[in-house]
Amino acid sequence: METAVTTLPAFSPALPEMLLAAGALLLLMYGVFRKHATARDTAYGALALFAIVCGVLIGQSGGRVTTFEGMFVIDGFTKYVKILVLLAAAAAIIMSMNFMEREKIDRFEFPVLIVLATLGMFAMVSANSLIALYLGLELQSLALYVIAAFNRDSTRSTEAGLKYFVLGALSSGMLLYGASMVYGFTGSVDFNVIAHVLEAGANTGVIFGLVFVLAGLTFKISAVPFHMWTPDVYEGAPTPVTAFFAGAPKLAAMALIINLLYGAFPHLLPEWQQIIVFISIASMVLAAFAAIGQNNIKRLMAYSSIGHMGYALVGLAAGTPEGLRGVLIYMTIYVIMNIGVFCCILMMRRQEGMVESIDDLAGLSRHQPLLAFVFAMLMFSLAGIPPLAGFFGKFYVFMAAIQAHLYPLAVIGVLSSVVGAFYYLRIVKVMYFDEPAEAFEPMPGELTAMLTISGIFTMLFFVYPLPIIAGAQSAVAALMP
Amino acid sequence: MTDGSILSLITFLPLAGALLIAFVRGDEATVARNVRYVALWTTGFTFILSLYIWWKFDPTTADFQFVQETEWLGGSINYHVGVDGISMLFVILTTFLMPACILASWDAIQTRVKEYMIAFLVLETLMIGVFCSLDLVQFYIFFEGGLIPMYLIIGVWGGPRRIYASFKFFLYTLLGSLLMLLAIMAMYWDAGTTDITVLLTHEFPAGMQTWLWLAFFASFAVKMPMWPVHTWLPDAHVEAPTAGSVILAGILLKMGGYGFLRFSLPMFPLASADFAPFVFALSVIAIVYTSLVALVQEDMKKLIAYSSVAHMGFVTMGIFAANQQGVQGSIFQMLSHGWVSGALFLCVGVIYDRLHTREISAYGGLVNRMPLYAVAFLIFTMANVGLPGTSGFVGEFLTLMGTFMVNTWVAALAATGVILSAGYALYLYRRVVFGEIQRDVLKSMKDLNMREALTLAPLIATTLFFGIYPTPIFDITAVSVEHLVANYHAAVEAHQTAMGSGMLTHLASLIGIQ
Repeated sequence: METAVTTLPAFSPALPEMLLAAGALLLLMYGVFRKHATARDTAYGALALFAIVCGVLIGQSGGRVTTFEGMFVIDGFTKYVKILVLLAAAAAIIMSMNFMEREKIDRFEFPVLIVLATLGMFAMVSANSLIALYLGLELQSLALYVIAAFNRDSTRSTEAGLKYFVLGALSSGMLLYGASMVYGFTGSVDFNVIAHVLEAGANTGVIFGLVFVLAGLTFKISAVPFHMWTPDVYEGAPTPVTAFFAGAPKLAAMALIINLLYGAFPHLLPEWQQIIVFISIASMVLAAFAAIGQNNIKRLMAYSSIGHMGYALVGLAAGTPEGLRGVLIYMTIYVIMNIGVFCCILMMRRQEGMVESIDDLAGLSRHQPLLAFVFAMLMFSLAGIPPLAGFFGKFYVFMAAIQAHLYPLAVIGVLSSVVGAFYYLRIVKVMYFDEPAEAFEPMPGELTAMLTISGIFTMLFFVYPLPIIAGAQSAVAALMP
Repeated sequence: MTDGSILSLITFLPLAGALLIAFVRGDEATVARNVRYVALWTTGFTFILSLYIWWKFDPTTADFQFVQETEWLGGSINYHVGVDGISMLFVILTTFLMPACILASWDAIQTRVKEYMIAFLVLETLMIGVFCSLDLVQFYIFFEGGLIPMYLIIGVWGGPRRIYASFKFFLYTLLGSLLMLLAIMAMYWDAGTTDITVLLTHEFPAGMQTWLWLAFFASFAVKMPMWPVHTWLPDAHVEAPTAGSVILAGILLKMGGYGFLRFSLPMFPLASADFAPFVFALSVIAIVYTSLVALVQEDMKKLIAYSSVAHMGFVTMGIFAANQQGVQGSIFQMLSHGWVSGALFLCVGVIYDRLHTREISAYGGLVNRMPLYAVAFLIFTMANVGLPGTSGFVGEFLTLMGTFMVNTWVAALAATGVILSAGYALYLYRRVVFGEIQRDVLKSMKDLNMREALTLAPLIATTLFFGIYPTPIFDITAVSVEHLVANYHAAVEAHQTAMGSGMLTHLASLIGIQ
């Protein structure tokens, strides 16, 4: 196969990724060679880059195209997820601008690192072989380890970064081990070839490998039992970084899991379905109970995100196109709600600096009624109360679970969402029923704008839900024709 | 105006009022005054508008009227509204009670008036939406969305234990309704739609009906509330502000009964027939037990709350008697209880505003200083007891009669509830109104003012009018109920015949006869 060596692969499907890579390097150069470059400069550059990439993505056709010897794939599904990833990453950059200046960690590397992480996520989403999967995952993770410790003079932040790094390395190890077993027993790293080999049936070795790969990936979406790092990292990392962690990487890892399970292991559905059901139940239940005792709002959001991953996995467990559509709708709504919630958390600033305790929200409805109202609606939405957006996310995943006859999963899921409602309600209670504490400082303009968008989306989703539902539907159609 | 959009207009008009209120600006006193008037005008206008559907309603058909349908979620889940003889009057009841609630909050609510009125108007939209919905998912959204404003109403403007009460209310109701949500999904996959008009004719497999029935029961039994899941109600009632209690007792409880009538009975007839004895048992326990509990209450609102549970027992009993008298009676009982218990809470509110306590022992001899109040309170107490001539009698009598035709013992036991209700209601009335004035503070109590009289007068008129002449209500409900009952019995009989012949062939094959 001499021609295969000399022929260049088609680059056009990977155009967004190449733009991101080139853009990241350009921004880095700009930061290094320009004296006193601030995060705001590179942030605007990164946002412009994202806008261009988004334009290119929208321009791509939804058809399935593979390149780089079948390692890289694009279709309607990857397009949908990538646009959402871009949105979440852009939101994190906008959220960080004011914060970084106020906290005096205003370094130009931050937006560059986010762009690199985004590049990693793009590679994850488009991965069609175990090697591409690992490359994307590590590129993303390395950038994330650094930004978790971005506030390097704070012990909490460096601790968060270190913890994340050590545990992340462990999970990568497990993933690699699993991948090597899958390779050993199927003879290929290409998803399509693996799927073809497994059509005839699988032996224990492959299943063993699959379990390890899944363990490594579960770590990235912080689902139980690989969730231990989440509360500490969420609490320690600077708040905009936490906001970023809660959104885009979760989305990318979820897309990767979907890609892997449906690309390489569709014939092992009965095997991995049990695993996903277990992870999903464990995440929902643990998060619901563990969050009750938290008093730090970032820690609480960590448990909340664990729980939400559990709900999203309900759709995956169903193993049907309806389930996948549910996962996509759920993740879309989750990401947008999350942006709003973290905007609210970033508003919790007094004269002496940021505050993070739930008690600091006391009586917020008296001082800043509008902020309190939007925050409360976001909380009700996270709890899944209709008619807010969060309800529809839950609605579609549970709908799929019922269709797949996973009744115990659905019943446990809704029961734990009642327990979960308790801690969301507690925040509303503190804001509305308690006597007022000291007021917060006025909010920066860009946060207000982001919060408004997220709030309006959350509250008015029910008026015209069709575009997102139809979008998710067509994305799934690309994956499961 | 086309008939198609009138229901949507009535549903969302209060929401428009709430939006208007959100934009009222100025200093606190001006805002409060303007907001109150906007809320009153909105609810008043909504009520007048809703009378239009009563006027245009065609009582000779069991079909849904004023129907409107537009695409919404895709996948045959649409926005679909309409009313029939069962739901129409609940819409009117809601719009009728709302102005009374706004008036009752006129002076009682002094803090955060703007937010209060917004919460009430949003709640009105959600409640009307529940009764108009012809799509299950849409119904669920309205049904459960009501939790948010009610949670805030209890929690922000409630009494000393408001936080406990608001959480209990929220989580209890949420738990029940989430199980219903799963059942709704299961129905979607079985029938391929959540359109209520289609589901009413869809036959669910018998085994599935049992589970669906139980899931719906979990939601509606909590909402009703039925014994033993009623414990959130006394807490919520006691802590809620007066108008909140009126809405809770007047309308939110009716959603449970409405749900049984709209879904459980017609969609799962076989399961309903199987579970009817179970419901009868719970109803009788509710009637007797909660009446006894009401007897020993020291708090007026708590007493009325327990009496509500007892009265709802009559409703569930009547519904599951599944005959014309029982079902008609339950609808009437729900409507009558809507305005009577609402009015009783308003009466408690009147003296609570003056003395700021609901302890029965703090009062006594009110008749000496407040004759008008004593008369109003007497009428509602008698209606609560079920005295002939008041609307309370008609419903209780019919539900008892309907049940008697099905099960004598249940009817006999439930009838003791009528006596017990006389016991606690008259006992309450004697302690609060009659006797000599013992305490000095009571001597300066003023009788009803203009606003309070205006709030209570329409309720008195309604109680007496429908007590003496209930026909207008029965005319509306008759055809729809007849249709419902006929379908129910047809389904149950068809199943029994099928079972019977199935058994015969089975037996025959056992003995070896061809």
